[in-house]
Amino acid sequence: MVPYLLKRIAMLLPLLLGITLITFTVIHLAPGEPVEMQTAMSPKITAETRQRLRAYYGLDRPLHVQYGLWLRRIVRLDFGRSFAPDNRPVMDKIKERIPVTLSLNLIALLLEFGVALPIGILAAVRRNSLLDKGLTLFVFLGFAMPTFWLALLLMYFFGVKLEWLPISGLHSLGSNKLTAGAWFLDLAKHLLLPIGVATFGSLAGLSRYIRSTMLEVIGQDYITTARAKGLSERCVILKHALRNALLPVITLLGFSLPGLIGGSVIFETIFAIPGMGQLFFMGVMARDYPLVMGILVIGAGLTLVGNLLADLCYSLADPRIRHGGG
Amino acid sequence: MIGGAIVLLLFACSFFAPFLTPYDPSHLDAWHVLLPPSARHWFGTDELGRDVLTRVLYGARVSLKVGFVAVGIAVFIGTAVGLVAGFYGGWRDSLLMRLVDIMLCFPTFFLILAVIAMLEPSIWYIMIIIGLTGWMGVARLVRAEVLTLREREFVLAARGVGASDLRIIVRHILPNALSPVLVTATLGVAGAILTESALSFLGIGVQPPTPSWGNILTAGKEYIEFAWWLSLFPGLAILVTVLAYNLVGEGLRDALDPRLNR
Repeated sequence: MVPYLLKRIAMLLPLLLGITLITFTVIHLAPGEPVEMQTAMSPKITAETRQRLRAYYGLDRPLHVQYGLWLRRIVRLDFGRSFAPDNRPVMDKIKERIPVTLSLNLIALLLEFGVALPIGILAAVRRNSLLDKGLTLFVFLGFAMPTFWLALLLMYFFGVKLEWLPISGLHSLGSNKLTAGAWFLDLAKHLLLPIGVATFGSLAGLSRYIRSTMLEVIGQDYITTARAKGLSERCVILKHALRNALLPVITLLGFSLPGLIGGSVIFETIFAIPGMGQLFFMGVMARDYPLVMGILVIGAGLTLVGNLLADLCYSLADPRIRHGGG
Repeated sequence: MIGGAIVLLLFACSFFAPFLTPYDPSHLDAWHVLLPPSARHWFGTDELGRDVLTRVLYGARVSLKVGFVAVGIAVFIGTAVGLVAGFYGGWRDSLLMRLVDIMLCFPTFFLILAVIAMLEPSIWYIMIIIGLTGWMGVARLVRAEVLTLREREFVLAARGVGASDLRIIVRHILPNALSPVLVTATLGVAGAILTESALSFLGIGVQPPTPSWGNILTAGKEYIEFAWWLSLFPGLAILVTVLAYNLVGEGLRDALDPRLNR
């Protein structure tokens, strides 16, 4: 186990390097410069000032030198200062946003798993029944529905028409004066719509996957054996089949992380939730290069760690995989 | 079957849009602003008096075009990468597969946003970027297929009679590796349509006055309190289209995957 772990961690380094290289290339291949963005509107700024600004940000150096300098700083997790008027270090800005996005996505992921599991099992056990078809249609509706559209309709219906739920932010005005219980209730009310939307949208992938692995497992000989022993169908499905069907799901969960983080742009923008997605969208629109590059690297890095954790869980959960000697 | 029928219907609608509706998609009519659905305007009119049904029909052109071109690019790159990695193996394989791993780490929508926002808004850029960020799944699939095909008798035979690498890849391996790609591509079209609509909704996709389902919804968001029809119909159009492509994809999967047909 330990050599395997070391090997995996050693593999992280080239991947991280690749992530930084792609991020850097993508941002610097794009035409237009942040300095132009800041100065084009103002006639008072002369060519000389513009040049000074470029030198200040290091944009006048050759690209490979810029990459080297940038890399040397991000090794120490220093992503530079934001181009936004507040001029704060990018890392500080990201740090306050990560917990919001990660915890939202984690709750959504748990909820997704909790709902997709019974759907997948039922659909597999009652394969091709009316129930299977109904559940399939339900999860596909969730996938096919554009997140922003569903969010819009729900916001209008529950927020504006019925006035049951708040439609933006994480807290009501003056919520810091509330008692702990009321504060939590307030937060939960704000989260209900965004998390509901995110969960509904991602049900399809997971539940269909569980359905197909369950179908595969149910066809195996040891399931027939279990049935032949006279075990109850419930025991066969939930104990013998489910355990084996769930193994590949662990890897899938690891892989769903980038999709979740990416999707957060949409619902964080719509629901005005101060997370990484919203920060990224604002940064992109303002051509805040250090911020955009910082979030890309950190987002991809988080996924890398997520995949590693998923693989480790997989090898711990499946006794057939033994990483002796790596 | 139902999915296929809907997809065909969509193509027909977008192709024959000028004959299906008497209105022009960008004809402004200050006297008929934000009218609710009626016999004259089935889907109502928008904030500039344009007929929403007409704009939804023309919007289908954008969505279908984006779906096909973006997925075409993704399938082309993915297939090429998968073929080279699987056929040659060795350092080419390790290099390309690490590239796939790295690309898969990025939250795709972040990457797309970062590039799109820095370029001039254009439907071509959108198609290219969606394609460039969506080929990794295809590459893995094709590589896995090639790895099993490479050792099969007909490939060994072709090599035995002295066929060149290129000929073996194109004539013998590629045709046999393509069927799983078909499923992924169909599902990819659905994904590309969703991505384009999200970008247009955020205001950095297809630019008005060209109608796209996403940018009609941007206006719909502004007027949602007075004009529900402006939000409902383009959203339904996306929903039905994406659902149809998914049904087609699932149908293809069931037809092509012998393991599930016990």
